[in-house]
Formats: sequence, structure tokens, C-alpha cells
Amino acid sequence: MAFYVVQFLTGLASAASLFLVASGLSIIFGVTRIVNFAHGAFYMIGAYIAFTLTERLSGAFGFWGSIVLAALAVALIGVLVEMVLLRRIYHAPELFQLLATFGLTLMVEDLVVLIWGPDDLVGRRAPGFKGAIDFFGQNIPSYDLFLIVLGPVVLGILWLLFQRTRWGVLVRAATQDRDMVAALGVNQKWLFTSVFAVGVFLAALGGALQIPRDAVHHAMDLRIIVEVFVVVVIGGLGSIVGAFVAAVLVSELNAFGILIFPKISIILVFLVMAVVLIVRPWGLFGKPEAAARKTPGLTVNPWRPLTSNERLASLAALVIAATLPLFAGNYALTVGSEIAIFVIFAVSLHFLMSVGGLASFGHAAYFGLGAYGIAFLAKMAGLPMIVCLLLGPLLGCMGAAVFGFFAVQLSGVYFAMLTLAFAQIVWSIAFQWVSVTGGDNGILGVWPEKWAASPSHFYWLALGVAALVTIALRIAVFSPFGYALRATRDSLLRSEAIGINAKRIQWTAFVIAGTTAGIGGALFAYLKGSVFPDNLGISLSVDALVMVLLGGVETVSGAVIGAIVYKALNIWLVSQTDLSKLVLGGFIVLIVVVFPKGIVGMLEMLAQRRRKSSPPGSSLLAKPIESAE
Amino acid sequence: MSVAPPLLAVEGLTKSYGGIHAVRGVSFSLRAGEILALIGPNGAGKSTCFDMLNGQNKPDSGHVRLLGEETTGKRPREIWRMGVGRTFQITATFATMTVRENVQVALISHGKQLFNLFGSAPNFDRGEAGRLLELVGMGGYADRPCGELAYGDLKRLELAVALANEPKLLLMDEPTAGMAPRERVDLMRLTAQIAREKSIGVLFTEHDMDVVFEHADRIIVLNRGTLIAEGSPAEVRSNPQVQAVYLGEGLLYEAEHREGAST
Repeated sequence: MAFYVVQFLTGLASAASLFLVASGLSIIFGVTRIVNFAHGAFYMIGAYIAFTLTERLSGAFGFWGSIVLAALAVALIGVLVEMVLLRRIYHAPELFQLLATFGLTLMVEDLVVLIWGPDDLVGRRAPGFKGAIDFFGQNIPSYDLFLIVLGPVVLGILWLLFQRTRWGVLVRAATQDRDMVAALGVNQKWLFTSVFAVGVFLAALGGALQIPRDAVHHAMDLRIIVEVFVVVVIGGLGSIVGAFVAAVLVSELNAFGILIFPKISIILVFLVMAVVLIVRPWGLFGKPEAAARKTPGLTVNPWRPLTSNERLASLAALVIAATLPLFAGNYALTVGSEIAIFVIFAVSLHFLMSVGGLASFGHAAYFGLGAYGIAFLAKMAGLPMIVCLLLGPLLGCMGAAVFGFFAVQLSGVYFAMLTLAFAQIVWSIAFQWVSVTGGDNGILGVWPEKWAASPSHFYWLALGVAALVTIALRIAVFSPFGYALRATRDSLLRSEAIGINAKRIQWTAFVIAGTTAGIGGALFAYLKGSVFPDNLGISLSVDALVMVLLGGVETVSGAVIGAIVYKALNIWLVSQTDLSKLVLGGFIVLIVVVFPKGIVGMLEMLAQRRRKSSPPGSSLLAKPIESAE
Repeated sequence: MSVAPPLLAVEGLTKSYGGIHAVRGVSFSLRAGEILALIGPNGAGKSTCFDMLNGQNKPDSGHVRLLGEETTGKRPREIWRMGVGRTFQITATFATMTVRENVQVALISHGKQLFNLFGSAPNFDRGEAGRLLELVGMGGYADRPCGELAYGDLKRLELAVALANEPKLLLMDEPTAGMAPRERVDLMRLTAQIAREKSIGVLFTEHDMDVVFEHADRIIVLNRGTLIAEGSPAEVRSNPQVQAVYLGEGLLYEAEHREGAST
């Protein structure tokens, strides 16, 4: 019994940090409507700076002063970020904001390693809370008790801040209707900046307070941000009480999950989140979102199929791409195959995100499922390669059918978070179910058969499949179904009023996108000869998002161009520099701020400007089949 | 009344929110080709009533029948499939598509081709889409992006979309709200003309009394959730209860207590 009590208290102690970070995220979202992906990065910087300061400053004052000082320093960094970056993108679609802050996260990960090195850093114990308290033979660290008290105290302070101060009233008003607050003469710029500073301060404080409990390392940002997403989604975005309750719930689920279901402890939390989202899509303490912002809404360039000239040009590009093996070496061909595979992955997400307006943050799940499907079929069932390639993607299809059904019940940020959660569930299964998936060691030795084994043959296979998939999805975009899907994106109200069952259309699109991603994953497994949990991880999901955005989210062909440019750049960067994340992150931020229309969108705009007099049919749409070079 | 069921029959429609009776026992009917206006002051229950007809809202009790078939409890999209077209107070169109494509989506849905993955949507029934756009005077705008249209044109586009499933009944929620006076007259004249030619029943709510008295064949008046008057424009205009509701608070109390005085 005492053991369970201690476990419960450990859970409560973990909840404190989680609550601090989550409440910060929630406050920022409530006012600015930005889902700050970089919140985990601020948490991490808070921990690192606190580590450095506590090493330098001695004594009790030194320690506690360091913690607060670290949080303040990070809040200052937050203010800089808000003023330099976020102010430029408040009016961009929410997806761009998520991406920009993700780019920041990538940059911070490399910067942190650059400054503090790649090793785990073990911080000092907190003065006055070094020992443990005996509880019926079980030890409870006294620092845990401090944290347990701290959580509700911070909640109380925040409550006072929001209920009793002028600033708090403004923040609450802005949360309800920021345009109205602006109309009443409040300086919105500084309100947003101050809110962001407070949110970041809380995140950094959460990080700094962790150092007596946990080692500081450069991957702690992603771990905490996923947990924080779960917390704010369960509690309701924008609700501080919700963040507190959900932080406790999630921490306790973690604490007891390990005891009761050691195999699926990670999944448990995500399952709870999925259930909450389905029963109360706006979270336990949240309110239903006000009318969603007009999706993408940057341009109103209607889409059109390629003209016959453009078709010929695309075909020519494909033929040129197919001649690559005549003059390129094996390494270039392997890179070419990988690019072709990522074209498949990108166009599959494009179909869901650009055509359907559903930005999935967990699209890699279906890519990875396709890859695992191949591994199971080839390694365990020993089926021939062609059969594997046909059946493997079905695993992606089935995953998309199950998860998609729930995901399309939601939209916007909540859709993004639910898909992210589902992807994490799949990742956890791949990671934890060692007897079937090999866990972290993956499944090795998935090689193609002889006819496709040589780099040139495999390249042609990948190129051919990529071309077929791209053409098929393009046909689907301009099919009656594609129009119905766009209709549900543009206006749910009107779609329903002309007899369109939006959920079923969106579900179908989700399954199509998942299956197509599965095809890419299947080829990827053969290309690499192995399958790992990383094949369905978050970073791969974000790769897909970046590829689509880079090409231009509101164009038909953007995904293809985006995939080629991004993947080529990525592979080249990794071979050139150790700071690939820093460069890539900076690149993402740059795209969002400077080229929100993406490469193809830019080209279209330039073409339109140049030939304003000529008919619109001649505008420069990019080639759809230029899938690998 | 003939033996055949009326196009639209509403019986004892009732809805309350908390303790407030938004709509109380409203009954009326509508013949094919007839233009019926639903009027009443703000808060009279017009919108609630309208939403219960188009499936957006479920009544607590009462029935709505279309040609004798129950529509109560059905979803908007199911009611549309029964032959009810509608336009919105604030236009709802597909902003990233062209004008023609907006109509084509409705035609695709009407032709049950929503899950057709291989056909060509840009070529889908261009002829019919063109005819519908001509009908509402938007033929010259077919290739324009919908997001660029002026508000009055959006209203006309909505009418074309609403006509795409060859409806028997048109529900129009404040069709002329936000339009210039000249455009209002044009739009309602057009609607009336189409309705008579195709024998479509039209039910519309409206605040502009000029529009109502000029174009409605019959008018029903709601006040505080109950039907207080029904009749031709001339009858309704001279109805003392209606005058009380629209002109003077002082007479309102009296008017409510003389319920049933007029029909």
C-alpha cells in the first residue's frame, strides 16, 4: 500500500513541471492562437541555463536565484523571438506558425549541443531538499514534496494574476475576442509580447526546476512537448485549470501505467487523450473553438489541370530523370531513389492537407506502417517482392482507416494533435513490442529481389512508382471526389447543404493518403534493407509537412517540387555539416516568413505578373512528374 | 386544400431553450409554386423555425412534412436529397473554386458521383452548370474565382447552386440581407420568376418589408415564437395584431391575448 502511495506522490511531483510548461503553452495559445511548438525548446534552454548558473553560484540563494534568473533569461529570449519572428506571422494560417516554431526547435537542438556539448549533464541537488523522507519503509525525495506543493501554489498565483490584475483582465478579454480588445484601444503588440514572455517564463521555470530530478540533455524538448500537447489537449487549450488537472492525470497515468501495463505504458496516455478528444473534442475544461479561420486563404488561385504542353514538359522531365543511371554513380542513384520515395510521401500528405485542408502531424505513421508491412511479409511470411509491394501498403491503409475515422471528427489544431498522438501510439507499439517488431533494433535484412537489387533497377522502380502515384493522385484531385473534398475544406456549411457527407469524404481521403504513404514506406524498407521505429517518428512526419509547405501548400504540384528540393538539400546538408538541424531549422523559418507561398506558389506569382495580358492558361505550373533526378 | 398533400406542411413546431420558448406550436403549409414570406421582429423565432425546417436544429415536438414525407430529425444533407435547396443569410460558397466549379460540385453531388475518383470534374456537366448560371444571370462569370465576386453576385451564385438539384422547395434565409436596394429587387424578381416557371415553392425570411409585400404570395407573421397572422400581403398589412407588433409596444400585450383572432 505504501508503495502505491509513494508512486502516487512521484506522479504528483512530475505533474508540477508538466503543469508549468503546459500552462505556459495554454496561455500563449489562448491569446495569440499560436500553438508554440518551440515551448519544449524553451523548457530545455531553461534547464541548461539553470544548470550553468547553479554550477557558478553557490549557496541556497545561489541555487534558487539561479533557477529564477534562468527562467527570466529565457523569457527575455522569448520576447526577442516574439518580436522578431512571431509578429510577422500572426496572420498566417496556424499551420505556418506551428512550422516556424518547429524550425526554431530544430535550431535550438543544435545550438544547445554546440554550447553545452552532447553529453547528459547531472545538476546539483536543491539546498534544503537533498534528503528523502521515510514513508512506511519507502523513500520519498523531499524535493518531490516541494514540487507537489509548488504546483498548486503556481496555479493559485496564476489565478490571482488573471482575476485580480488589470493585465489579467486584458489577457482574459483577448482570449475571448482579441479584435474587440484591439478596438478598445489596447496596445495589442505589447499584450501579445507580455503574454508570450509569461508563457515562456513558465516553460523555462519548469525546465530549471527539473535539474535536481533529471539529467539535462538535448532531446528533452521533444519528449516534453509531446507530453505537453497531450496535457493541453486533454485539459482544453487555453484553460489553466484544465492544464493542471490534465497534468496530474497524465503524470499519474505514467506513474501507474508502468506498474500495471509495463508493455504499453506509453500508449496508455495517448489512448486517454484519444478518448477525451472524441468525447469532448475541445478538452475537459476547454470551450468549443470559435469559427475556424478560413483555410489556407493566402491566395484564391483556382486550380486547373495541366495543359497539353505542360503535360509534354512533365513527360520530358520524367524521361530525363529516367536517364540518370546512364551517367550517375551508385550513390547518386540511391539518393535518387530516396527522393522518389519522398515524392510519394509528400504527394500523399498534400492530398490530405492541401486538397482536404486536413494537416496531419502524424503522417509518418502510415509511411512506417507500410515499411513494417513489408518487413513482416518479406521476413516472416517470406513472400515474393512483388506480392509484398502490393500487400505491404495495406497495413498503412488499415491504420489510416482506423485512426482516420476518429481524426476526421475533429479539425484544425485538434486534428493535427490527434494525428500526432496516433502516430505516437504506433511508434510506441513499434518501440515497445520487441518480440514482434524488434523494438529499437528494428527488423534487418529486408532486401529487394535480384531483379530490383541493383541501384539502377531499384531507382527505375522507385521512379516509376512515384510517377504512377503522382499521376493517380493528380487525377483524383481533379475528379469529382477531389472537388467534393475541396468543397468540404472551403465550406462545411455549404457542403452539408448540397448533400455532401463531409466526414465520409474526409475519411476516404485520409485512407487514400495513408495507403499512398504506405506505398512510399514499402519502397523505403527495401531501399534501406531495414525498418526502424524512426520510420514512423515525429521528425519524419514533420519532414512531410515541410516538403508540402516548401513546394507551396496551395498549389497542385508543390509537393513534388518541395520533396525534391527538401530531400536533396537535406541529404546534402547532412553530408556537409554537423549542424544540419540548425541550418534546416533556419531554412524552415525563412520559408515561413519570406516565402509563405512556397516555391511553386512563387513561380506562379512571377509568371502571372510577367504575362498579365496573356490568358491564365499559360501560367507556369510546375511539372507533376518531375519526380526524381 | 386539395386531396394531395401540400408541398410543405408544418404542424405544431415547438422548440425551447432552457425556459425560453423560442417557437411555440407553429403550423403552416406551402403549395408548389407559391412564395411564402416568414416575417417577424427580431427574436420572434424566425431563425429557429427556419433551422428546424432545414435540419440544422431539431424540434422538441411537431412535424415537418415534405410532400407527405416526414423530414423532422433528418440531417440537412438528407433533406437536400429530398429536394430542398437553400441559401444562407451570410453566403456560404467555395471560395477557392471558380463560379462554375461551385455549381459543378452541387451537380456532382446531385448525380451521386461524390466518390468518383477517376472522372474529370472540370468537365462534369458543363452544359447544365452553364444553364444554371445563365438562369441567374451569371453566365459571363463562370471562370471567375468565387473569392473575387461582389456580394450581390455571390447571392446569385448561391441561388444557382440551390437550384442544381432541381428542388421542389427553396429555403432562403434573408436572401437580400446586405444587398443594395436595386440588387434586392432584381434578386427577388428573379427568384419569383424561376419559382413560377419551375413550380418551385419558396419560403423566405426577410426584414425588408418592401421586398416582402412586393414578392410574397402569402405572408406568415411570427411574434415571440407564435404565429400571429397569416394571409395575403394586403390582409397582413391591415392586420391590427401585426401592426401592433411592428409599430407599438403598448398594443403588444393586448395582441397576445387576442390569440386566434385572425388566421
